[in-house]
Amino acid sequence: MLTGFDWDVIRRTAPYLFREGMTFTLTLTALAMTGGIVFGTLLAMMRLASYRTLSTAASGYVNVMRSTPLVLVIFWFYFLVPWIGGWLLGATRPIQVGAFLSSLITFMMFEAAYYCEIMRAGIQSIPRGQMWAGYALGLSYWQTMGQIVLPQAFRNMLPVLLTQTIILFQDTSLVYVLSITDFLGAASKIAQRDRGGLFRDQLRRVEPREAAPAPAGGSEPVARDSGRAPSWR
Amino acid sequence: MKYNWNWGIFWQLSPDGRGTYLDTLIAGLGWTLATALSAWVIALILGIIVGVVRTTPVRWLRLLGDAWVEVFRNVPLLVQMFLWFFVFPELLPASVGVWLKQLPRSAFYTAVLCLGLYTSARVAEQTRAGIQSLARGQRMAGIALGLTLPQTYRFVLLPMALRIVMPPLTSEFLNVIKNSAVALTIGLVELTASARSIQEFSFQVFEAFTAATLIYMFLNLIVVAGMRWLEKRVAIPGLIGPGQAMPQAGH
Amino acid sequence: MAMIEMKDVSKWYGPVQVLKDCSAAVNKGEVVVVCGPSGSGKSTLIKTVNGLEPFQRGDVLVNGISVGDPKTNLTRLRAQIGMVFQHFELFPHMSVVDNISLGQVRVLGRSRDEATARSMKLLERVGLTQHAAKYPGQLSGGQQQRVAIARALAMDPLAMLFDEPTSALDPEMINEVLDVMTELAREGMTMMVVTHEMGFASRVAHRVIFMDQGQIVEDDKKEDFFRTPRSERAQQFLSKILHH
Repeated sequence: MLTGFDWDVIRRTAPYLFREGMTFTLTLTALAMTGGIVFGTLLAMMRLASYRTLSTAASGYVNVMRSTPLVLVIFWFYFLVPWIGGWLLGATRPIQVGAFLSSLITFMMFEAAYYCEIMRAGIQSIPRGQMWAGYALGLSYWQTMGQIVLPQAFRNMLPVLLTQTIILFQDTSLVYVLSITDFLGAASKIAQRDRGGLFRDQLRRVEPREAAPAPAGGSEPVARDSGRAPSWR
Repeated sequence: MKYNWNWGIFWQLSPDGRGTYLDTLIAGLGWTLATALSAWVIALILGIIVGVVRTTPVRWLRLLGDAWVEVFRNVPLLVQMFLWFFVFPELLPASVGVWLKQLPRSAFYTAVLCLGLYTSARVAEQTRAGIQSLARGQRMAGIALGLTLPQTYRFVLLPMALRIVMPPLTSEFLNVIKNSAVALTIGLVELTASARSIQEFSFQVFEAFTAATLIYMFLNLIVVAGMRWLEKRVAIPGLIGPGQAMPQAGH
Repeated sequence: MAMIEMKDVSKWYGPVQVLKDCSAAVNKGEVVVVCGPSGSGKSTLIKTVNGLEPFQRGDVLVNGISVGDPKTNLTRLRAQIGMVFQHFELFPHMSVVDNISLGQVRVLGRSRDEATARSMKLLERVGLTQHAAKYPGQLSGGQQQRVAIARALAMDPLAMLFDEPTSALDPEMINEVLDVMTELAREGMTMMVVTHEMGFASRVAHRVIFMDQGQIVEDDKKEDFFRTPRSERAQQFLSKILHH
């Protein structure tokens, strides 16, 4: 038991593990959180809007996101973003989007659905009178929201937002399925490189199987181009 | 720039020689359901036990329960999957480890175990919160009546607590289904993985993902409807149903 | 003979002493009212009688059995003492009749039919027969508290403890509960009652215990307590509670 373990591998690779992997994870978390909360708040305001179209669109988006596994959403955006980008730029082919940008967009869009529900409850927890008081002072909708309602809602929901962000932090490990360098991905890359490390036998064991997407193939460093051939092989 | 839609793809034969791409999808759905349901059974049983243990007056039991929840809830599911699949067999005596690795469908068993334990921590947290949301007097009333502590849990505390936590348990149930997709990282060809394999062989990426997404949404609807029905069935006359619950962070 | 006997009971929450050497006795068939300002330890004291609140020093004897002795089977002892709580604490997921039957079936081992028959008889006594199949949430506070009394009586208790049974009730419901309690006292039930209802105390009680800051300040015959309370604190308390 444990005799096959090479604990020294941790010491040797700690710089890579922490500098590269941890930086990637933290950057992704911070940016996705910021974007997710902004977009999520907009979604929440849409869901509470009196225009039917707006609220239906927003709740439709939130419901789809919330009933789809994150892994599938990651795949979706990995393929969708190049197409949408190409369409927006009027290109003739899907554009190339780096894996980092692709996963950043994914997490922003995905977590926004969850942040939306939190912010919606937050906004609803503020008495209607606050809104009226704002209007009575002559403030516009955006001023009332921005100056009066949202700051209070945000403060009330801070603990839940924080918990959700911790979950987001854990979720970033799933970009592994795109085989790019995050903290966890870095660890399994080391295993492949060393071929004497922790996962040697197990990787052999997985490789012949289908649909174990990530560990297969060589050790490509960071981003891989997307959009060209949609394939991992 | 144009994407060539081809919804007929699902009726074409897949190269794995086991039928059409639709069959691939259905097989994936089967594994998703088998994994999610088995894991849910484990999660419910263990989660309720651990949740109860965390509210008992026995200190070391409570600490044990707290540790259980902290460990299984705070380590990312993907990491837990890898630990169970890759590292766990190494910790066992060599012969057992080899037997485990060579077990047919070991990815499935690992996924069920891992997902079950992961979710049990979340169920435990809900159960504990439910029990603690009951007035302290309920426990006292049971005890004062001469019921033993296990009897008090069985007849007084749990029936109410479990009713109260049904809405959050519904979302945990939905989470199990969604989280089962993480098992593709250890080689389980469940619904998401089978959608991806269609994409890989046929390049009809958006059709495959749309189909999978629709199936997940459909599963969602069924679970929500089923739980609503159950909630209504066990509702207690004279008690206002659980109102708009506070939103919870989670997936 | 003392049904309940407290000997120098002391209790601490951390460094705070909430009960200070409390000694008192309730004889068989006696009704003792415990009163005092809020936070004086009355509720804590009454809960030491059936061991719901543990204490660190002294002892309580119920029918000669020590509550403080770790060898005592507290569960069995509790089954012999009825308790009524401030917030009723009926079990919301059980019908009224099932609330009354639960202890009979699970603790006393009576058959379901036997228990139901007994429960119905008790419901008749508290005037709630037609509510038997309802759930606690469908009853008023006064009705719930009467069910709670029936639930405690169903165990054929040696004594009954009441912990502020009317404090959570709307004023118009207080009397229906006090009437049931008065009736019970007339039949000779041993009762220990924490309450602010001085009218009830002066009509029904044999003795009154006055507590303040965790201590038993007075333990008098009812007549003496109301006519000439000895301590200043009891005089102040009475003047506050009676003059308005």
